Order: sequence, then structure tokens, then C-alpha cells
Amino acid sequence: MSLQQVASRVQETFATGFVRAVEWRGDLAVTVTRDRLHEVAQFLHDDPAMDFDYIVHVSSVDWPDDEERFEVVYEFYSIKKRQRIRLKTRVPESDCIVDSLTDLWKGADFMEREVYDMMGIRFRHHPDLRRILMPDDYTEGYPLRKDFPLRGKGWRDTFEFLDETAR
Amino acid sequence: MAFEDQRTTVYKVDPAHPESETLPTLRTEELLLNMGPQHPSTHGVLKVILELEGERLVKSTPVLGFLHRGVEKLAEDGTYHQFIPHTDRLDYVCAMYNNFAYCRAVEKLMNITVPDRADYLRTIVAEVQRIIGHQFWLGTQALDIGAMTVFFYCFRDREILLDWFDELCGARLTTSWYRIGGVERDFTPSLLGKLRQFLDYFPPKIDEYVVFLEKNRIWIARTKGVAVISAEDAVSFGLSGPTLRGSGVDYDLRKAEPYSAYPKCEFSVPLGKNGDTYDRYWIRVQELYESVKIIRQCLEQMQEGPIMADVPSVTLPPKERVFTNLESMIQQFKLFSQGFDAPPGEIYCGTEAHKGELGFYIVSTGGGKPYRLKIRAPSFIHMGAFDHMSRGYMIADAITLFGTYDIVMGECDR
Repeated sequence: MSLQQVASRVQETFATGFVRAVEWRGDLAVTVTRDRLHEVAQFLHDDPAMDFDYIVHVSSVDWPDDEERFEVVYEFYSIKKRQRIRLKTRVPESDCIVDSLTDLWKGADFMEREVYDMMGIRFRHHPDLRRILMPDDYTEGYPLRKDFPLRGKGWRDTFEFLDETAR
Repeated sequence: MAFEDQRTTVYKVDPAHPESETLPTLRTEELLLNMGPQHPSTHGVLKVILELEGERLVKSTPVLGFLHRGVEKLAEDGTYHQFIPHTDRLDYVCAMYNNFAYCRAVEKLMNITVPDRADYLRTIVAEVQRIIGHQFWLGTQALDIGAMTVFFYCFRDREILLDWFDELCGARLTTSWYRIGGVERDFTPSLLGKLRQFLDYFPPKIDEYVVFLEKNRIWIARTKGVAVISAEDAVSFGLSGPTLRGSGVDYDLRKAEPYSAYPKCEFSVPLGKNGDTYDRYWIRVQELYESVKIIRQCLEQMQEGPIMADVPSVTLPPKERVFTNLESMIQQFKLFSQGFDAPPGEIYCGTEAHKGELGFYIVSTGGGKPYRLKIRAPSFIHMGAFDHMSRGYMIADAITLFGTYDIVMGECDR
């Protein structure tokens, strides 16, 4: 089954949730609406023609200017069929929560925790949604968001330096 | 924290042995033990909270992030070329393979084809790096388990290759030798000679390591049947590399999605049967022999030719021209300060590093800097399976587990 056939198969099965499928540089990326994400993932995981049994990574992208600000990206691989697919969905900032896929792929546990830690997207039904790389009591926001300063928060400019020459 | 309630269990009288009723009731409780972050066998700064029942592990919770430096955020601040030295510091034991994985990802984004000779050079150095990685792993895992001699033997031979890297690029660990579109410099005759010499020297040494371990009853007892994971679970957890192949799953990106000079070489991918620590050890040792085979074939097949793709808008000019030619110097300066114009789009590119699948997911919106760069680090994903794999084993087996993942915290925490 070629990538195009996979894309059209997903589109046929989920006529309401399907947004778009893009193939670029040999990678297939399928975007679906947030409410159908878990169903689509289940279909990709369970359907014998799809058989995406391996989870590669879970990631997230921040698009501050868009209405639905965050993009959650899942990448799956089929070990038998030697094929990759990228599944994406968008969430607005006011309600950034998606269904967790930990019940389908066990590895999604740590990967989703990382997305929560770095981007602040929550996952419904996740067994243990805590920060993973940042400290548990970190309250200064989510580091990979675009509004998190790239070069410090300016406190470095307020340092008072001792003038070593005037002694 | 989730561990504030300390559960207590009171042993009940066993109905099959009523005489035990006469014994006083034993009150037992689970013990929480913090292992790390400062512990010699955690391979860096890793902390695991172990819940113990006697000496058995009931649950273990990895606490990560002690070495978190925000590399993914740093990537958004620099050009594509500037990120190469940052990749050295991910898995600092095997910098070459990180460079390789990153450069391949950017080449996929820019749609660049690398010339033949560069492909061979890259494959040779990547396999040398795999040998170094496996030697490092074998030495430290054996040391953790209590076999000290192998550690010295592995590090002695690793030193030869690190010196070889030193001659190749001027650094032993933080190499940055790969470039987008090719490599930084070609092999000299001296390097080729030393590599050939090493290839003759090395295979008998692997046999030596194996003799030390296979005849060691402690090594066998502490690896066979320890930390078993089924093929189904290994796939579901997203494990990769020898950790996945130990369970018998045939997934090696060098074969599944051949890249560089691998399709032109003949080699086999060893697979385990039982999914235990011993099988993962056996696979890595077999991979040492396979790496030697791959390097030999590459050296035979390699022809003269350019070592850098000819795409002046992306690839760097040769170093000697930068020093003698004004245009080349301007080109080099502009490529480093402004970067090249990447097309908008997103790609994922995975590479089979010696730990597992090291992948880069790059989102570009055009311009010289990546909009988002995500690193798929095998060490991090392997830690996700730690709790599952450690349950029911003894506390000393936790140490074996760190080793069997071949974990490096620089890559895990990023």
C-alpha cells in the first residue's frame, strides 16, 4: 500500500474528521480534527492493512498567530510494512487538551509527558501527567512555546557589576 | 510527589500451614529508595525512585532532566550549520553518529544528494563510531556488573580509535566532522593505513572480550533471564536498536530504509531470541564483527571523488579556498551568519545510531533557522520502559538495566 493509498484510506474512513494529507520529501502527514484523533490512531494501530505498531515520537509545534495555536504531532511506523505516517492535530490555547494515546502505544507515556512539560498541552486519560525534564515545581511556563524568551528574561541586564578598576 | 502514602502490608496466616499462627505477625512495609542522581553506575545524572519489597523492585520511577540544557530551544536560535556542534553534546560518547543523523535530516529537508565518496567516508566513520560506542558500552556494563578486566581491555582499544579521530578532525569526543552535504575533510594516507591496521588488530580482541565474559559465571548469572521484554512490548514502547533486536524484532534502519553506503555493503543484522540482557549483549558483540566487515567493504569500494555536494547556496566552500579566495570567504561567512534559505515544510529523518533510532524532526517556515527541531533520542524513549522491565527483579538488576539500554544522559535529557 503506497502512502497515497494510506492517505485516501484514512480520508474514506473518517470523512468528518479528516482535514488534509500532505506528502512532501517522501513523508506523509495526515491532519485530523482533535475529536477524532484517538479514533484515527486506533484505526492506524489496529487495522491489518495499516498496522502501525511502532511509535516513533510525539512532538508539538507552536504557531502563536493561528487561531488553533498548538499542533500535536505523532509519528508512527509499521515494522511489517516498512512505512511511516505522521498524524497531526491542532488545539486552541484556551483549551489545549487532546486524548492520550497511551492505551494504544505504551511508549506514548514518556513522549506525551515531554510534550506536556515543554509545550503545556495536556493529555486526557494519561496515567501520570507530570513534568519530566523540568523540575516538578517549575512555574515559569513552558519552555518551547514561542513566547518563552529564547535568550533569558532580561534579568541579566539588571546585574550590578563591580568596577574592578576603581579600587 | 506520588509516593507520600507508604503502604503497609501485614502477612496473613497461610491456611496450608496453620502452625505459622503461633509465629508473631510480621509487619512489613515497602521501602522507598532514591538511587542517584550521584551514583557511579547511573551513567551520568539519573535518579530513579525505587519501591522495594525486600530486595525486589515493585515499582521504579525515573526522574529525568538533571542534564536538561534546552537543546531543542537553542536550535531555534541558530542557523542549520551552527547546530552541528550542539549535536556533539547530545550523546557525548558518540558524537559522530549524532552529526551524521542531523546532517542527513537537513539534507532531506534541502533535498541534497551527497557525492559517492562522501557517502563512503561517512559510513566508515559512522561504523568506527559504532565500534567505539559498543566498546564503551561493553566496558561499562561489565564494570557495573562486576567484571573489571573487560573494562580495561575495551578502553585500551577504544583509545586507538579516539586517537584516530583526533588525527581526522582534531578532537576525540566532540568531533563535528560531518557537514551538511558532505564531510569536512578527506582521509589522509596515514589515516587509511592506521584504519587498515586496526581492522586486522581488532577482531581477535573481540574474541578476547567474549572469552572473559562467557567464562564468567557471575556475568552469565546476572545477564541471562534478567530484564526480559517481549517483542510485542518492545515494539509498543518504541524501543530501538539492540534493545529492540534483542527481543527478535527485525528493525534496523540501515536495512529498512538504507542510506549512505549501507545498501552497497553486505552485512547481517543479528537478532536475539529471549529479549534478555544476555541477548542484547550478544547482539552488540556481533555488531562489532559486522562493523569491521562494513568498513572493510567500504575501503575496498571507495573511489576518488568530491567529498562535498556542489550546492553553493547550502554547502560550505573547501577550507583552503576560504583562506585564499575572497568570494569563498564571503560565502562561508554568509552561510554561518545568515544561513541558507530552507524551503517551508517538515521532515522526519531517522538514523540507526548504535543505541537505536536517532531521529530529527524539523519544521521549517523558510529562512535560515529551523522553526522547530525535535530530537527523537533513543535513551529517553528507552527510559520509558524502565519501570516495565524492572518489575519483579532484584535491586542489583536495576544497575544491569541502565547498562543494557546503553543510556547516556546528555541525549536523554537534551
